[in-house]
Amino acid sequence: MLEFEKPIHELKTKIDELKVYTNQHDVDFSEEIRRLEERLKTLENEIYGNMGVWDRVQVARHPERPTTMDYINRLFTDFFECHGDRLFGDDAAIIGGIASYHGLPVTVIGHQRGKDTKENIRRNFGMPHPEGYRKALRLMKQAEKFNRPIITFIDTKGAYPGKAAEERGQSEAIARNLFEMAGLKVPTICIVIGEGGSGGALGLGVGNKLLMLENSTYSVISPEGAAALLWKDASQARRAAETMKITAPDLLELGVVDQMIPEVKGGAQNDVEQQAKNIDKYLYDALKSILSMDKEELVQQRYDKHAKLGQISFYK
Amino acid sequence: MQIKDLFSKKKKYASIPSEVMKQDLPDGVMTKCPKCKKISITKELIKNVKVCSNCGFHHQMTAFERIEFLLDEASFEEFDKDMISSNPLHFPDYIEKLESDRKKTDLNEAVVTGKGTIDGIPVVIAVMDSRFRMGSMGSVVGEKITRAIERATSEFLPFIIFTASGGARMQEGILSLMQMAKTSAALNRHSELGCLAISILTNPTTGGVSASFASLGDFNFAEPGALIGFAGRRIIEQTIREELPEDFQTAEFLLNHGQLDAVLPRTEMRSKLYTILHLHQGGVLQ
Repeated sequence: MLEFEKPIHELKTKIDELKVYTNQHDVDFSEEIRRLEERLKTLENEIYGNMGVWDRVQVARHPERPTTMDYINRLFTDFFECHGDRLFGDDAAIIGGIASYHGLPVTVIGHQRGKDTKENIRRNFGMPHPEGYRKALRLMKQAEKFNRPIITFIDTKGAYPGKAAEERGQSEAIARNLFEMAGLKVPTICIVIGEGGSGGALGLGVGNKLLMLENSTYSVISPEGAAALLWKDASQARRAAETMKITAPDLLELGVVDQMIPEVKGGAQNDVEQQAKNIDKYLYDALKSILSMDKEELVQQRYDKHAKLGQISFYK
Repeated sequence: MQIKDLFSKKKKYASIPSEVMKQDLPDGVMTKCPKCKKISITKELIKNVKVCSNCGFHHQMTAFERIEFLLDEASFEEFDKDMISSNPLHFPDYIEKLESDRKKTDLNEAVVTGKGTIDGIPVVIAVMDSRFRMGSMGSVVGEKITRAIERATSEFLPFIIFTASGGARMQEGILSLMQMAKTSAALNRHSELGCLAISILTNPTTGGVSASFASLGDFNFAEPGALIGFAGRRIIEQTIREELPEDFQTAEFLLNHGQLDAVLPRTEMRSKLYTILHLHQGGVLQ
């Protein structure tokens, strides 16, 4: 349970207690229960309908938030995972492979967090090394060769800030992906499903359409990092998050995101089946809208989409 | 306090000259090298393209100093000089900070772009200046670089960029991040047509700039001793909990790890760039 959900949780507990009491004793509280349940509904609408920036950050970081693999299992059939960048190793922080999406062969790639500590250590908490980005690029180039659309899932705190990552060219690996993704001659759809941490997220994020789950975030730097740099105080993370415009509704308004995918009440972790269905609906429509474009149109559309981002003015 | 202190002329405290006083002083006649501490005559230092004659330390260079030293005299034609940042996220104090950097540097933003010639060979060039908001990339830096690349593409010219940047500019949030995609896409087009791109990474080139156009030249060079990396040294030390080697993330370290074509001393920069440009002008077997 997250901090902002506390009132809901308290009310739910009270209702449960009353139900138990009614069952065990000869008192009829059904009218009371009915009233409280109505209040719960209003409260839920109120709280989940008015989630603040910091609430969304908490949901995006929820340990039980569904991962790339959770969605791959529900959205695709015949997923076949492919490993390795053919240069150095296999980075488990990024997974990828081929699969079928409603009958259409596609390539799927995404950041992959772990479900528990052990898996998180193996997957480096979803923070890729250069070989992760290079594996992704290899799979994207393969998709291009076989004219398969590409779907990427973005879910990382960021590219890993480590010694080995620097030695092997973290910067170059990300830069190369931006460069090559810009020129891909197949339809590409990117979906932010959790945290979209800076360059590490963008390294899988240059597509024809960018979709974002309602409670996911996408930012140039983590709120903690921004607070430390701007105000020399990491505890001001909440203030930084509120200033930086990192939530799906904000990014939709800024024109960075093409569509926001609604989440189930309180966040995707509450009902992954339903959440996958929500994604499916938007993904299907987004893919359909670009499938008819020819190669040149796809590259042009992607170019124009990114070229218009930013705000400039001129001295008069 | 004792009576005799009243007559002592020695101050008991150090005084820091105010900003006004600092600006009143004439430009330093002498400059001290931060590495070997040798004091040299500033005029001589500038003549030696701001490279310390004793230890080879490369002093910071402004964008226009670089342009002047690299391009043929009077060949430079600046692009988008009047483009300035706005404040898309309404970030507190951002406009004031931009204004103060404009005054301090005489630049409108952290990059100067334009067209000129190097020994007669026309090029489009972009030079970043780390004095302006630490050379960080917001919408304007991204847009100016993108337009410069597009100009190079449409005129089939080589594109040369000197990078110096702390990374993406936080005050423009996600829009800064998107400049990485925008500039990289422009370079992809430039490359698809077979045009030449050269990137020279200077001190410092980190974060979102090193993870986009700075690493995307057909040739990637760096100046000696330049700090180049994706993540900051402190963050890495905190993450891996071990001390990093002294030369970590220097140009020489990157060269050793296969991340650069060469480390080029500034004194040889012009002639080396000319050689590469010249070799891309075509030729026939004789």
